[in-house]
Amino acid sequence: MANITIDRACCKGCDICLSACSKKIFVRGKKRNNYGTNMPDVINPESCVLCRMCERMCPDGAIDVEENDN
Amino acid sequence: MNRLYKKYVKTDTLPTLFCPGCGNGIVQYATIKAIDALNIKEEIACVSGIGCSSWIPCYLKLDIMHTMHGRAIAFAEGLKLARPDKKIMVFTGDGDCLAIGGNHFLHACARNIDLTVIMVNNYIYGMTGGQKSPATPEGSRTKTSPFGSMDEALDGSALAMAMGASYVARWTTAHPVQLEKAIKEGLEHKGFSFIEVLCQCPVQAGKGVYGEKDPAAIMKMYRQKTYEYKEGMEIPEDKIRIGTLKHDKAAREYIEKIEEKLAEQSVRKG
Amino acid sequence: MEFKSEGLRKPKQLVLQGNEACSKAAIYAGCRFFAGYPITPSTEIIELMSSEMYEAGGSFIQMEDEIGSACAIIGARWGGKKAMTATSGPGYTLMQEAIGFAVVTETPVVIVNVQRGGPSTGQPTLSSQQDIYQTRYGSHGDYEIIVLAPSSVQEMYDFTVRAFELSERFRTPVILLADEIVGHMREKITVESGSKIISGGKKGYVVSPQTDFFQGNNTMVEGQFHDEYGRRIGHIAQKSGDFIQKINYKIKFNIDHITDIESFYMDGADIAIVTYGSVVRPAMNAIKLARGIKDERTKTKFKIVKDLFKKGLPETFNTDYSHLKVGLIKINTVWPFPEDALDEIAKEVKLVIVPEMNVGKYYREVERVLKSKKVISMPKCGGDIHTPKEMLDRILKEAGVNE
Repeated sequence: MANITIDRACCKGCDICLSACSKKIFVRGKKRNNYGTNMPDVINPESCVLCRMCERMCPDGAIDVEENDN
Repeated sequence: MNRLYKKYVKTDTLPTLFCPGCGNGIVQYATIKAIDALNIKEEIACVSGIGCSSWIPCYLKLDIMHTMHGRAIAFAEGLKLARPDKKIMVFTGDGDCLAIGGNHFLHACARNIDLTVIMVNNYIYGMTGGQKSPATPEGSRTKTSPFGSMDEALDGSALAMAMGASYVARWTTAHPVQLEKAIKEGLEHKGFSFIEVLCQCPVQAGKGVYGEKDPAAIMKMYRQKTYEYKEGMEIPEDKIRIGTLKHDKAAREYIEKIEEKLAEQSVRKG
Repeated sequence: MEFKSEGLRKPKQLVLQGNEACSKAAIYAGCRFFAGYPITPSTEIIELMSSEMYEAGGSFIQMEDEIGSACAIIGARWGGKKAMTATSGPGYTLMQEAIGFAVVTETPVVIVNVQRGGPSTGQPTLSSQQDIYQTRYGSHGDYEIIVLAPSSVQEMYDFTVRAFELSERFRTPVILLADEIVGHMREKITVESGSKIISGGKKGYVVSPQTDFFQGNNTMVEGQFHDEYGRRIGHIAQKSGDFIQKINYKIKFNIDHITDIESFYMDGADIAIVTYGSVVRPAMNAIKLARGIKDERTKTKFKIVKDLFKKGLPETFNTDYSHLKVGLIKINTVWPFPEDALDEIAKEVKLVIVPEMNVGKYYREVERVLKSKKVISMPKCGGDIHTPKEMLDRILKEAGVNE
């Protein structure tokens, strides 16, 4: 189980994470980030396999994947 | 914010000046991961030139030297000779390294001096608005090649190998895991390590060079148009070879060679 | 760190070439990094450094060009090693961007320019003082810089040490403006043994205080205008204006601690020669001739000259002009221009002659400052230095004395 957060102060809305995640956990969202663009929404975090590809592919360090042992 | 990012980045300088979708951030994160994995935060300093990729180290909580266009390698050589016990990393770009910095680049390769040079290749001069660089593929339409670039593109990795660099690797921002590993190898390697990273510039190079403005689509192109050589495979003609291109562990490093020669002739006392 | 001449703690006398003296002085001053590129007439400096720098425990590298040399010394200084490079006119021109970078990043380095004839390839083996303005205004942008002009081999030694002291104290690049004559002449001088400890600038002189690398302070060396943490402020006009002012005023307002100006035979002088560098030597002789000061060396020289050239010369030398009130003002720190000091020394003077080995450049500064006086330029191009006779003739002419 993973706790996936996107920091609105870092995200620039580039949408790379949408295709970076093999489990399609990131989708287009409506919330705005501080940059003024749309931030992705996190859906189905339970399907996260902790590959952390999203962390590596986000150019702005906005994504943090915390392992949750619930 | 990502925990590792927070540990290494000066958060009061954010947001970075990189455009949304710029690959420089991916190279930055791979660098942070490599430095953290090797636990060398106190042993490393970064030197960069001028250009978008030269801003990568400027956001990090390390000793940083943000120098002149094309001269990062010259500064880094001076710094390394003053502190041969430390690791010096250089961030440069395709224009910074192959155009104005070409001379310093060639001679540093020939010396095989212990530096780790990351040449972030976005095939364009991004910072100044999208002019062609020596690495821009032939035919690309840029601000200074409106009829299509008429120059054959330079291959930085091939030059590095030919001039005597002892570790040469090329990866892309679509291969962040391998990139981190290559940076680690480069840092650990005693000799001139040259790591070229194909990096998307969606804003300035997107349309003219790739025909595509979406960063994720450009990264998909990187996966499709590159290949890693495996023993016995048929070499595809129209693809770019990535991977570790050269790793000469036996090559003598410049400073080591000098110290050996001086010791032989009893120049240094002790 | 061991030193080959350890045990010889007393200063000693050596006959050295100007360039050799410069190298030895740098090592004495604690310079432990040299990067350079050979160029006549500075080549002796890099050649000596290629052995002595290693013997002193430092590092040496012959870079691929002068730009690389200037950059490498800045990089090395941030690695904690005092650094120097040496070049001549064409190479010095290449280093301008790096000098500007050293100014803005407040990096203490020493750059030696052994001037030759120019522009372009010009005259590799003859001297000039043509770079005087280039040392002041060579790089783009607004900045102040410290430039020292040695006129003897002893000064090549002493001023090199002083250059390191000034660069560390004010955290600025310092230029040693020598020329082919003083670089290649040989004289007996006094040199020190061992190593001098020269330490860094006091806080008040530094605009953006940064420690060397690897002290755990996340030092940021940045060429763009920056604040004390190295963060760029180049896009904020107000802050950038402040930064330019601070970088300039750091030198300008400390001019009293930098200026080194000497005067000779100024008692009652109403004519003065104001000069710098090699030209000081014939000027000194000319003044002595004019004042009728005869010393043994002068007498012997004139006897030889008299015997060689039977016509013309001897008359001038035999005449006693000791009533001529002429003096010499020797400027050692040519930049920042010593306005107040020169004004003070030249208070009683009515006529100033400025001989230079160029088309007449530095005289403009003298003229600007000594507004109420008559300032005459005495340029000489081509590579030959002014002779004492030429200067004496000019003094006589201006003083209205019939030959």
